[in-house]
Amino acid sequence: MDRTTILTELKKVLAPYTENKEMLDGISEETDLVKDLKINSANLVDIIIDAESKYNIEIDLDSAEKMYKVGSCIDVIIDKMNLSA
Amino acid sequence: MYNDILTYLPYKSSFLFIDNISALDKDGVTGDYTLRKDAFFYEDHFRNNPVTPGVIITEIMAQIGLVVLGIHLLISENGEAGLMDEGSFPLLTATDVSFFKMVLPGEKVIVTSKKQYFRFGKLKCLIEMRNGAAELIAKGIFSGIIKNAGIKNKAS
Repeated sequence: MDRTTILTELKKVLAPYTENKEMLDGISEETDLVKDLKINSANLVDIIIDAESKYNIEIDLDSAEKMYKVGSCIDVIIDKMNLSA
Repeated sequence: MYNDILTYLPYKSSFLFIDNISALDKDGVTGDYTLRKDAFFYEDHFRNNPVTPGVIITEIMAQIGLVVLGIHLLISENGEAGLMDEGSFPLLTATDVSFFKMVLPGEKVIVTSKKQYFRFGKLKCLIEMRNGAAELIAKGIFSGIIKNAGIKNKAS
């Protein structure tokens, strides 16, 4: 699965948690979930759990702490999918 | 009774809304509170017509369902060392509550909370409040963190 596909899928995962729909449409790997998308920081945990069930992976605390930008979310998802493959 | 845990709560008297904890394990908690007839909010809410404010109902549910369970989980994981120090406190991060019945001064309410998850320092629960006749008063999803004990990149 390539990064562009995951980025497109992440938009759907993030959609319930952001009020900023315009920004969501135009996200890039540099988009910051809290600063740009104005996601309630406690909801990052829900996003991680949603990503876990979508990709059938398990995300540990060290990886979770990296997931504040779209690009770093994609890094972690790819990393964990390779582990479980 | 599991009332020993009440000594860890960070509230003082006028904002402490728990009398007893009757069940407590890693998956949930049950506790009760009897609304004091002389509570500070009845004089003003409403004028000559005292009714428990929805925010107080919500606070009772959060204190029993999230804060007590959260403290229990932190002690289970890390011992007392993992608990809140002077500089930390519980923060409510989201609620979605529906109200079904009014609560009048002097009524006893029973709160039951079931854990949905506790991960990266965030606790999310389904919480119900019932009266002495087991009628549903309020129900909702609550989430909270303990500030200083959560994941990094938290709002400060």
